[in-house]
Parts: sequence; structure tokens; C-alpha cells
Amino acid sequence: MIPGEFTYHRPSTVAEAVAILASHGDEARPLAGGHSIIPMMKLRMAAPEHLIDLSGVADLKGIREEGGAIVIGAMTTQHELIASDLLASKLPIIRETSLLIADPQIRYLGTIGGNVANGDPGNDMPALMQCLNASYKVVGPNGEREIAARDFYEAAYFTALAPEELVTAVVIPVPPAGHGFAYEKLKRKVGDYATAAAAVVLTMSGGSVSSCSVALTNVGDTPLYAAEACDILTGSTLDADTVNRAVAAAEAITRPASDGRGPAEYRTKMAGVMLRRALARAAERANG
Amino acid sequence: MNDMTPTREQREAALEGMGCKRKRVEDVRFTQGKGNYVDDLKLPGMLFGDFVRSPYAHAKVTKIDASKALELPGVIAVLTAEDLKGVNLAWMPTLAGDVQMVLADGKVLYQNQEVAFVIAEDRYIADDAIQLVEVEYEELPVLVDPFKSMDPDAPVLRPDLEGKTEGAHGPRKHHNHIFTWEVGDAEETDRAFKDADVTIKELISYHRTHPSPLETCQCVASMDKVTGELTVWGTFQAPHVIRTVASLLSTIPEHKIHVIAPDIGGGFGNKVGAYPGYICSIVASIVTGRPVKWVEDRMENLSTTSFARDYHMTAEIAAKNDGTVTGLKVHVLADHGGFDACADPSKWPAGFFNIVTGSYDFPTAHLAVDGVYTNKAPGGVAYRCSFRVTEAAYCIERAMDILAQKLGMDPADLRMKNFVKPEQFPYHSALGWEYDSGDYHTAMQKAMDTIGYRQLREEQKAKQEAFKRGETREIMGIGISFFTEIVGAGPSKNCDILGVAMFDSAEIRVHPTGSVISRMGTKSQGQGHETTWAQIIATEIGIPAADIMVEEGNTDTAPYGLGTYGSRSTPVAGAAIALAARKIRNKAQMIAAHMLEVSEYDLEWDVDGFQVKGNPELRKSMKEIAWAAYNAPPPGMEPGLEAVSYYDPPNMTYPFGAYFCVMDIDVDTGVSKIRRFYALDDCGTRINPMIIEGQVHGGLTEGFAIAMGQEIRYDEMGNVMGASFMDFFLPTAVETPHWETDYTVTPSPHHPIGAKGVGESPNVGSVPAFSNAVNDAFGFLGNTHIQMPHDAWRVWQAAKDLGAHG
Ligand SMILES: Cc1cc2nc3c(=O)[nH]c(=O)nc-3n(C[C@H](O)[C@H](O)[C@H](O)COP(=O)(O)OP(=O)(O)OC[C@H]3O[C@@H](n4cnc5c(N)ncnc54)[C@H](O)[C@@H]3O)c2cc1C
Repeated sequence: MIPGEFTYHRPSTVAEAVAILASHGDEARPLAGGHSIIPMMKLRMAAPEHLIDLSGVADLKGIREEGGAIVIGAMTTQHELIASDLLASKLPIIRETSLLIADPQIRYLGTIGGNVANGDPGNDMPALMQCLNASYKVVGPNGEREIAARDFYEAAYFTALAPEELVTAVVIPVPPAGHGFAYEKLKRKVGDYATAAAAVVLTMSGGSVSSCSVALTNVGDTPLYAAEACDILTGSTLDADTVNRAVAAAEAITRPASDGRGPAEYRTKMAGVMLRRALARAAERANG
Repeated sequence: MNDMTPTREQREAALEGMGCKRKRVEDVRFTQGKGNYVDDLKLPGMLFGDFVRSPYAHAKVTKIDASKALELPGVIAVLTAEDLKGVNLAWMPTLAGDVQMVLADGKVLYQNQEVAFVIAEDRYIADDAIQLVEVEYEELPVLVDPFKSMDPDAPVLRPDLEGKTEGAHGPRKHHNHIFTWEVGDAEETDRAFKDADVTIKELISYHRTHPSPLETCQCVASMDKVTGELTVWGTFQAPHVIRTVASLLSTIPEHKIHVIAPDIGGGFGNKVGAYPGYICSIVASIVTGRPVKWVEDRMENLSTTSFARDYHMTAEIAAKNDGTVTGLKVHVLADHGGFDACADPSKWPAGFFNIVTGSYDFPTAHLAVDGVYTNKAPGGVAYRCSFRVTEAAYCIERAMDILAQKLGMDPADLRMKNFVKPEQFPYHSALGWEYDSGDYHTAMQKAMDTIGYRQLREEQKAKQEAFKRGETREIMGIGISFFTEIVGAGPSKNCDILGVAMFDSAEIRVHPTGSVISRMGTKSQGQGHETTWAQIIATEIGIPAADIMVEEGNTDTAPYGLGTYGSRSTPVAGAAIALAARKIRNKAQMIAAHMLEVSEYDLEWDVDGFQVKGNPELRKSMKEIAWAAYNAPPPGMEPGLEAVSYYDPPNMTYPFGAYFCVMDIDVDTGVSKIRRFYALDDCGTRINPMIIEGQVHGGLTEGFAIAMGQEIRYDEMGNVMGASFMDFFLPTAVETPHWETDYTVTPSPHHPIGAKGVGESPNVGSVPAFSNAVNDAFGFLGNTHIQMPHDAWRVWQAAKDLGAHG
């Protein structure tokens, strides 16, 4: 439980951080809140020779509204997400999800950027970002680009991010006022990653679903956007038969690992139960 | 008497003696982060040791090459079994009569077994060096399932025992067999089963778990080569035993070994035994002449140092149609891992498992335990219980529920019908124990009335109907546990550890100004001895607890004792304390008589001093007597006021309790919620009700964890799964249910203050209550027995198998 040797860097601008990253390639890793990478280093599952602490980069902080989108700086902590009035009014599902992550001590340090860049299927933010159709602003030696959350995750710990790139912000289109939402997470205890979790955002009009988005956490080696389930649900009144079909479609895309949380079959079924419950709660919350 | 003279009640209150909810004095330092633990110790020139461990569960070790590690600056040495052979320490004796490798000698028997010991200038270098030690392994077939351990073609785990048909506890019948231990009357029991109206039989497994104290095992060894003295600071629940064992193994004379246990952050049985880390640190210090520290990390602790349970119990009960039990038959398959390093009194290979008749009057019983080797870590310690008592309590309490179900009888009524009756005490059980005292019916009735048992059963019935009608997906379980513990090991006639009788001791020294220093052979790991021992002394000799200092853990100053585990401190050392205090009071009485110029027979004890019978104005307080004891003793009397007592208990004590758990289960997720948990404990005389409550809360929380998910799992390759707090279930305040506590008081007739010990009852008693609640919830769907642990996915699986998912 003791990490190997590494050099510590503390840049104060994005450009500086990218330059250090670029000069060390695979041997360097950004350090955000440290609550994913430091445990991995202590287990010597990760052994970066250079750690680039982003906490001195002021540009990576803050939550603001830009046009029809909310932009959250990568170094915004989960605690700050919970405390934000702007998010509470425009994107309340972020608060609901953040409160289900780890515990207050970890949330004071853990960041949204670290959570989405980490690539661990156990992280809760990636599926939520897919559900919200967010994209990540990424800066590298060749400048800035934006990658959709739904295209970002390739396999466990493999993402579309190049080793010399930084996630600088998360951009989330603001869902319509009156949308219904829910994040349902089954876990064994406080501080545990999900056995299975489901994020749902939907809008209703005249008792039927006019738009719907569903994503699942920790039931595959990436977060899972449940496109087919969304199609089945859109236009429906969320009658029992439709919900059953959507749940079956969502369960069908899961490929969970068997671990201490339970065998794969259980986790698939729990993804279904979480989706069912999230749908019910989201529908209850939606206006229209 | 003027108004300023304190009343008798005021004087009594000032003592903060027995029965007082005195605040824990040790918490002043603990809550300020000022405890002094082993890892706080820093000595000049101190080195750090750390282990190279095996990635395989069963393999030959063909080569160890430490050359690259030795090239790393700051690495002092790398010890292997070959080096330890030079000092005859490659193997060490276990408490159970087996031998255990200190470092891998030719092979490894479980994953993470210690293979080499790296000694370096600091922890970071040591850990880097570990990665550089090259070990070659040749994998061997792995034996994980204890039920396959005695197959004819099972792999041979212990070539060192080849051809040995006799073990420490009798004949061995297979190369992986350790012992068979039999108690009771087999013939008589068979007859009971032949004549029975009803019988039940069930395999009831108690899974492998771990005591997981927050502070892991650790030590600092320091050999002074000039004086030839060895000092070892360590996380020792039994420091004197460690000293004796260290002397026997090292041949350093015992007076030149100083063993010191500073503050300990929880033990729960994990810190009773001796581990390779201790031996290697001592050898390393002898070799280098510098102090050597070894500190286990969490994964090492969970995966290698003493696990608990792994008992597979086949229980059978014979009964009459009216519910009267007539016989009990139990066979246990005990998985001990690669070495038999069980921490039991030496003559008890299965501990006191023969308490398995529980609280019930079985006319006859028979028990056989087979211990076997597997490719898992050694241990089998008493995780907050007296030796194997929690296994026994779980076995009988689960079996009684199964019998009730078969008879169609209410499980509370079945228990009431079969309880040992108050007039039967002292009660001789069919498996050989003499229960000291008990009043089970009163305790059970109080518990049932308080929790509203009959109404709960009505509610449960209504919920079951609603579930069948499809109106709810929630079911309700009521779990009952009525346990009898056996603690306070133990009488020298049947209890010893490696030949050392299991007495305990206390030394009390009253200073001239009437304050006290006292020392015991026990060692608190969180139990609050500094608080409660002072309370016993306060009541016995009338000096305020606040003026009494309690010190434990330094073998140079404390009298010899066997340490703290198995709820033995209060039954054994608690008695020694009372008796030492009474010696002081007796001497004080002679001094008071001299001071008051009366005969000592004219004096009577009154709270905090002696007074003349019929003339209470004439009195001497203990404070005055203490001064006189040193400075004006009666002619011919030795000055001073101190006493030592070594106590060899005449019997064990038998605390008991009635626990009820009300649980709601969501059948779609398997998630259970504890709606209520009521724990009534009878531990005899109550020394500090607040500490009792704290102990009960802690033990219930552990029991909750064990029953509902805490597990050391292995895959079929012998890989230990989830040995970190991410997976090993340690509940937080969020998961922990609300606890309701209650009590009755049935003092122990043979103990000087009537106290029985309580620290372990809540762990022993609660596991069956939780498990019975889960099993009870599914009873109406046809369930008989679901194995622990009852984590969500297994409960969901049970629901599925019983058809609850439609
Ligand atoms: C006990 C415990 C329980 C937890 N439970 C949960 C949980 O239930 N759900 C959950 O979602 N998370 C959980 N976490 C993880 C926690 O939320 C982490 O804080 C989060 O996953 C990572 O954020 P961080 O800021 O700590 O990132 P770090 O650990 O600092 O970094 C994580 C990874 O992302 C990279 N990285 C960080 N920032 C950037 C960036 N701006 N650009 C590019 N790469 C970057 C790092 O190099 C590293 O590889 C838990 C953690 C612990 C210790």
C-alpha cells in the first residue's frame, strides 16, 4: 500500500500542464482529487513517474451557463456540484447523483473532470453525462476539441482521450424546464460503487413521453447509453408492457462482471430494477 | 454533624464505583488523537521490515533471488527460510499444537503467504525492494473446498507431516486431516433419535470472516546487543504469553525480554497469536542490532493474519411431538487453512464448541469435529467470542428454528418449552459443562413483552397475505436468538495455553496520600479497563475511581496474566482485582482498629472507611488509613498498603441473552432493512452500564456485518477475493441499525463480585438473530435454511429460487 517513486508537478495554466504532459507521454498522469489515482498507485496498479497536480490551474474551476448549456470546469469538486444553486435549478439530477458518490470527505476532493476522465465503469458521472448528452472539452498540444460523452468510453480505463490531452470542462445542454429525472443506484454501503445504477431524464406531454434518455452505470466495461430502451419509451404512456420491453432492452446491453456485489445475472437484473424505479420517479417528477 | 459533612449517598457517588455510568477515562486521549499506538513509536536508527508474499495459493518455491533488491540503496538485508534455519526459526509452534512456516520453506500453502522479509531504511524503500525480489514458483493443484480435503486423491498440503498418523489431538485419518474431537454419548444419542417423534437435519455453515481491527497487527523489536536484552512493542492481546513464547523460541532468558503492548486499536481475537512478522522483526533486530518495525497493511491483515469461523456444522435434533427436545447430534467440518493456528486453550482443538446444547435441556448429545487443511490462510480465532462459542450459538439457534418450523410451533414457544429451568442451576449439560446460573424464562418473557412479539407475528401474517395477493414486494422476518455463552477461561484444571495455566492477576498499591496505582495481567484493546477496573477497586476499598490509575501491557511492571480475549478479563482478572482489593481492606481494618483503639471486630465497613459499630461518628477514612499504613502502622505490622492476587477461577461464567430482530426484505433487490433490533443481556453484576451498552452496540454492529455480508471469499484457484474495505463489509453509521438494549441481572454465584463478562455476547448472540430473521422471512415460501452471509445478491438468489420473482 505504498506507491512507487514519482515526480510532482504543479502547473498554474492549462498550457503549462499540457506541455508537461506532452514531454513525458505515457509516464505522466494528471492529478485531480486523487481519489481514484492515488489508491491505484498505492496498490501499484498505476505507477506514473510524473504526477501533474491540476489544483493550481484556476481556469479549470467553476460552473457557469453559456448559451443553452451549463459548463462545469474539470476541477470542480463533487461537493461544489452539490452546493451549486445553478445546478440545483437547471440540472437537479447532478446533485442527486453526486450525493450517491462515495462520502462527504471524498466529495470535498473528488472532481467531475477526474470522475469522467478516469474511465472506471464504476464511476457514476460518465453514465449521467451520457444520459444528459454532455460533451467534454479537451485540450492537447494541437489545441482544443470536444468529444461527446456517448463516444468517449472505449473499454475499462480506455477512453478517446490521448495521453497528452486534458479534459478542461464538461458541457451539458440544459434540459427543458419541467423535465423529469432520477438517478437510482443500488450499492452495498456508503462509499461503494454501484452494483447497478440507472440515470433517466425525460419530458412528458399529455401523459406520454415526448423525449427520454437512459444510461446505466457499472454493468459493462464502459457506461452504457441505452438507445433502444429510449426508442421504446419515447411516445409511450409508460404502460407496464412498454416499461417491461424497455427494461428488457436495457438488460440486454449489459455485460457486468461477477464480483463481490454479485454474479453477472444479478447485476443485470438490478440494472433493470434500477431503471424501472428511475422511470417511475422521473415520470412522477415531470410536468406535463 | 454539620451541614458540610457529605451524606452516605454523596460519599458513595464520589467513588464512582460499580454500577456507575462513569465516563471512559481513556477517551480523553483517544478522542484527541493522543493515543500511543505501536506505529507512533519512533526509535533512533529504526529500520522497516516488509514481506514478499506468494501470489499463488499452492506452489513449490524453487528459487529466491534477492540480488537485485540488495542492490537498491537503503536495503539492509533480505531474510528467507534458509536464513531462519540458522537460528532454528524457519518454523514456529502454533497454539494448537501444530507447526507453521515463518517464511516459505520450499513451498507455499496459501495466497499472500510470507516468502521473504525485506529490511530497509524506510518503508518506501522496503516496498520498492519487494518488487525486486525474484521468486520462482512451480504451481501445485489447489485445495479450496474443505469438503474435498479428505478425498483419496486430494493434493498433499503438508509433506512435513507425511506418515504422521498421530497429531496433537489424536489420530489423523488422512493426509489433510488434523484431528477428530468427540464429546458426548454416541449410543445414547442414537437411541434418542430412534425413539424420536420428529427429527431435523441441516448443514449450517458459518462462513469465513475476519476480526478486522482498525489497527492492523504490528510490532517494533529492539535487541540491545550490549546488555543482551530484547524489547518488543506490539499489538498483543496477551503480552505475557508472547514474552514466554519468545523466550522459549529464542533462548533469551525471560527476564531479559521486555514485552510492551501500548494502546491497541481493537483486537477481537486477531491479536492473540504470534505471527511471522513478529518473529522476523525480532530476528532482523538481532541480526542488525537496530530496532526493526513491521506494520501490516489492510490487505495483508485481511488475507493472512488469523481469520475467524469457516465451520460447517451438520446439526440434528430429535424431539417429541409436543416440542420437547430429546437429543442433539452435531458434526463439524472445520476448515483451518494451511496450518492449524487456531487460538484455543491447548486441550481444546474446537474450543468450547461443546456449549452447542445452548440454553436447552438436552438429555443427551453427541458432537464430533473434524479439522482439515486447505490452501487458505491459517487462523480460526475467536472473533469477539469465547472459543468457537459463536459458531455453537449459531448452530443451535438456527437448528431450533428449523425444528420449530417442522413442528409447526412458534420458535419462541419452542425455546420456552426447552429452556434449562432456574431451579436446575448449577446445570450439568449433556456435553460436559456446569452452567453457573441463569433465569432464561424471565429474560425471554421480558424480551417478548418489550418487543411486542405476538403482535409482530400478526403483522407478519398480514404482510404474507398481502404479498401473496401481489400487493407488496416486501416480506417481513422476525429473528430470535436466545444464547448462552461460556466465557472466562479458565480454570487451570482444564485450561492452559502451551502449558501456561489460564489464571489472571492484579496488583494494587495504595500510596500514602490515598491514591492508587494498579496493574493487571490483562490488556484492553478498547474495552475500557482503565475505567472499569478502577470502579471495582473504588467500591472495594472506598477510594474514588478518579484517584486510581490502571496500567496494563508492560510485562516488566504488570503481574503475569494471560491477557484479554474470550470475555475473560472480568471473570478472571476482575475477580483477582476484587480479591487483591479485599486483602488491602483487611489490612486497613487492622490499621483502623489500631488508630481508633478498638478491636477490629468492633469495626464495620462503610462506603469509604471503617466505623465503630453502633457509633458511626468514630470512623477512619481509607485516606487516613493509607497515611497511617506507611507512617504509623500498628506495632509489629509491616508498613505499606498493597496487595497482589492471582486468581484461578473455579468455573467458567455463562452470560446469556434474548435478542430479537425485525427485518423487512425487498425481494426484487434482496436488500434488507433492520426495522428493530432488541438485545437483552444478562451478564450478572453490571460494573459500568454505559460501557456495557457501548460494548453491546459494538458487538451487535459486528454481528450485523458478519450475518449480512462480511466475508473472506476465495475463488477456485485459492485467490483471496476482496480483501479490502471496498469489499469486506464494515458497516458505517449509515448502514448500522438502531439498537435497543435491555438487561436482567443473574449474578455468577462463584465470582467474587458476581460479574460474568459481556464484551462478546452481542457478537455471539446477534448473528443467529439476523440470520433467523432472513430465514424466517422466507419460511412461508417454503424455505428451511439459507446459508450466510445474507448480502443482497444472495437474498435475491434465495427469493428467486423460492419462486418469489414470479
Ligand atoms: C472510497 C471511495 C469510494 C468512491 N465511490 C465512488 C462512487 O460511488 N462513485 C464514483 O463515481 N466515484 C467514486 N469514487 C471515486 C471518486 O469520485 C473520485 O474522486 C473520482 O472518480 C475521480 O476524481 P478525482 O478528482 O479524485 O480524480 P483523480 O483520482 O485525481 O484522477 C482520476 C484519473 O483521471 C485522470 N484525470 C484527472 N483529471 C483529469 C483531467 N482534467 N484531464 C484528464 N485526465 C484527468 C487522472 O490522471 C487519473 O487517471 C470513490 C472513491 C473512493 C476513494
